[in-house]
Amino acid sequence: MTLTTDQFVPTSGNDDDAAQLLTDQEQQWVDKFMDETTLFLGPDPAIMRHHEIMPRTAYEEECIANGINPLEIDRIRKRLAGALDEAFEMCESMGAAPGAKWADLSCAVYTAEGDVTYLSNRGVIAFSAVLHHPIRYIMKNWKDEPTVGINEGDGFFHNDSRFGMVHNTDQSMLVPVIRGGIIIAWVGATIHEGENGACEPGGMPSGSETPFDDGLRASPIKIVEKGHLRRDLLTFLQHSTRDPKLMLADIKVKMGAVKRIMDTVDRLIDEVGQETFVASLRVTVEDVETEVRRRIGELPDGTVTFNQFVDSTLKENILIKFACKITIKGERMIVDLTGTGPEILNRAINSPLASTKSFMAQAILSYWWPDLPRSTGALSPIEVITEEHSWADAGYDAPVGQSLQASFRGFSALQTAFAKMQFSSPQKYSNVVAPWFNQINDFLWGGTTQNGEQVGNLCADLNGMGGGAKAFRDGEDAVAPLFCAMADIGEQEVMEEEVPFLQLVSKRLVRDNQGFGKFRGGMGYEMIVASRGTPSWGFMTVTSGSKFSSVPGMFGGYGCPVYPLAMVKNVNIYDIIQKDPSQFNLSIERVMNEQPFEGGDYQSAHMGLQFDVAKEGELYMIAQGAGGGYGDVLERDPELVVTDLELDRISAQTASTMYGVVWEPETYVVHEQATVELRAKMRQDRINRGTPYKEFIQDFVKEEPPADLLYFGSWGQDDDENLIATHWGGLEPERVKGKLEELPLIMVPDRRVLKISKLEARVRELEQKYGEVIEHKS
Amino acid sequence: MRVPMTEYLLIDLDTERWICRVCAHDFGDARGNYKEGTLVYDRDPREIHPPVIDPEKYEFTFSPDPTFCRILEFYCPTCGTQIEAEYLPPGHPPTVDMLWDIDSLREKWEAHGGNPEEVVNYGPGENAETDLSARFDSVSAHSHSHNTEGH
Repeated sequence: MTLTTDQFVPTSGNDDDAAQLLTDQEQQWVDKFMDETTLFLGPDPAIMRHHEIMPRTAYEEECIANGINPLEIDRIRKRLAGALDEAFEMCESMGAAPGAKWADLSCAVYTAEGDVTYLSNRGVIAFSAVLHHPIRYIMKNWKDEPTVGINEGDGFFHNDSRFGMVHNTDQSMLVPVIRGGIIIAWVGATIHEGENGACEPGGMPSGSETPFDDGLRASPIKIVEKGHLRRDLLTFLQHSTRDPKLMLADIKVKMGAVKRIMDTVDRLIDEVGQETFVASLRVTVEDVETEVRRRIGELPDGTVTFNQFVDSTLKENILIKFACKITIKGERMIVDLTGTGPEILNRAINSPLASTKSFMAQAILSYWWPDLPRSTGALSPIEVITEEHSWADAGYDAPVGQSLQASFRGFSALQTAFAKMQFSSPQKYSNVVAPWFNQINDFLWGGTTQNGEQVGNLCADLNGMGGGAKAFRDGEDAVAPLFCAMADIGEQEVMEEEVPFLQLVSKRLVRDNQGFGKFRGGMGYEMIVASRGTPSWGFMTVTSGSKFSSVPGMFGGYGCPVYPLAMVKNVNIYDIIQKDPSQFNLSIERVMNEQPFEGGDYQSAHMGLQFDVAKEGELYMIAQGAGGGYGDVLERDPELVVTDLELDRISAQTASTMYGVVWEPETYVVHEQATVELRAKMRQDRINRGTPYKEFIQDFVKEEPPADLLYFGSWGQDDDENLIATHWGGLEPERVKGKLEELPLIMVPDRRVLKISKLEARVRELEQKYGEVIEHKS
Repeated sequence: MRVPMTEYLLIDLDTERWICRVCAHDFGDARGNYKEGTLVYDRDPREIHPPVIDPEKYEFTFSPDPTFCRILEFYCPTCGTQIEAEYLPPGHPPTVDMLWDIDSLREKWEAHGGNPEEVVNYGPGENAETDLSARFDSVSAHSHSHNTEGH
């Protein structure tokens, strides 16, 4: 880590301390010495732990002092927005990464100090709250560094989220705008590239157990020097991943997109003048921050608490808490994650603080106040309290390959709580909505294609998350990922030209895969894939939520179900279908329940699948997730219930026992009076079976989690600083309690070692039982 | 003055009580936790999210695992409306999800000058306009099951 002199703490209470203070000259010597001898310029806590916009620079003050014309600034913003959208479309059209083709990218203009002023209208908004970190790092460490420097035409690359990135699959191109030798702004393009050389293909390894399994660890480096791509560094980056063509292609795509933004910036500066341009960037960032404070002030004062429980390390089932209390007082908002479980030092689910915060900004700019410019100013005034070395604020030594597990929860914490925060507000800027689905129910893949190329990436189905129900209408099916409102789920036929597997079932809704409610959440669809025509191929899944629902409902509505991974190994579906085309009738339900393929090994598992070799024709089956439901199910319009029934979106059991609707099976006509009577009875049944709260608490609430639950986090909310965790000193788990800094380091033993240990114990038990004497050697 | 705080809960600023928007049931002190005035049921999550694949054959079925996850259903004791459904680990204390500063709420509405039951809606857009006034003022207690508000 970087050492900074301001972190120096005197070690004794020596009365002569005052006399020991350094003079200005001495301090300069110390600073110079430290600059020249710092061993390693790693992620800088002074940069990485702060999301606030920077104070005005002297030059910005000077530019603003010359006078602001709001209409002119608005024109500049619109011109920039147009340029950014054009650059976005260039990346989308030309990008080689699957993510680029489906809008998983962003283009931006920044102030000289790195604050995002404006982001492309389409794309991933989370980037607006994270890309100031690398620019500040570059400005602090490389600007005056003789071996690096920042010059016109330079471009910087990075991907490691420890230096500020949504996650490590993303790669940046950050380029300074220089006039008269002064850096006056930055422009940039960032794309979810996927493959990054991690321990598994595709860039989001669920199997990562150390930070070195996470893949490419690029700190900000000058990949473009005075307009020329450096082949030595490019070769290093290509050599570090499985897809060298992708690396080259998309660095060039980003260079092209940034050049297009720069053309507009050049013309703008020529037209309006450098000072007006700089003032407009700065004023936009400040205006957004000011407006956010004002809007916080419109919300009612109080505290909304929303806790989430995540059921997987992606290798084994656990239960780890993501705690969140949001307090509003006047124009202050404090987001407090105290009570969140500790980082797990050999599992991939931990998230750097900056990545967690970036998804808070995603919720704010996409679901709270989507009319605001996408700027660093949006999160800036919000205070965020976390504990370093919790899984939402991971330390430098924790793997973060699948950091979305924690950072997406940062999104859900804010998105879900906002329905309660804003409900009573007379002025709303977005609709009241139930929780959006928040998992990566998708196949990652890697291997050798039918064209002989090494690849690793993911399906676009990531973008098919079900939307939360609104307060006045059902959620939309498979509408958009939480991180990108206008993403695409791609053309399957186009993808099949490039990758050696078929989606034998694609986008078929799964019955009852809903968050039920007065208005139901948007549904997810199932996907069945099988490899074909490849010498080596494999699939992965990187999702939690197979035992504990990932999202709840809102105001009495229910959440999503849970999602298994289903597989049929030791079959070749292509041979089966060729012999008997009637077998091309696939669904998770039919295949798993009827087990129609002789000799098949039918398996269900949680959705953390590390790279699994997929032989030709073996079936891998998953379902995309549903959004949360809104309101009491017994208030759902019976006509909407039978419409869902007729379309096979819900089962007859759900229509009757959940929604309390009586209908004519032949015609789907609702029996209105019978429905009224059934619902009245169901309400009375609730009153009869419900227990008064205080009585219920006495019976239900326990001092701590069930003994066999591998639990991490606070228990309840009265004492969030005290955590419960599961620690393995040996092979047996033990429960530990205390403040985060008092807990032992948490590492989970290899599940195969645990399984072998259990099997060996069983073997010995059976040997003893049957009197067989075997000499065991270690 | 009554302020709609959720789909089913009002706060009466005159009496400082949580009130059921459907039937006027009094849930308690508006400065406290409305859940204390509810009836609660510990629901096996498999009853709400039925298995898609056979639980006799498979561990992972689309149904939550009841040893990991429970659904606490919070009902109005008078009308039986389901006010909240909370997903929790077994034995975990229910979340105190909302605590409001009533003095500040009153000040904000006095400054606003409007009637909260008339001006609060679901947000921007014509289809988000709604009537969030107390249903018990206009709907007789026995007919709430007809309600299709918001369509």
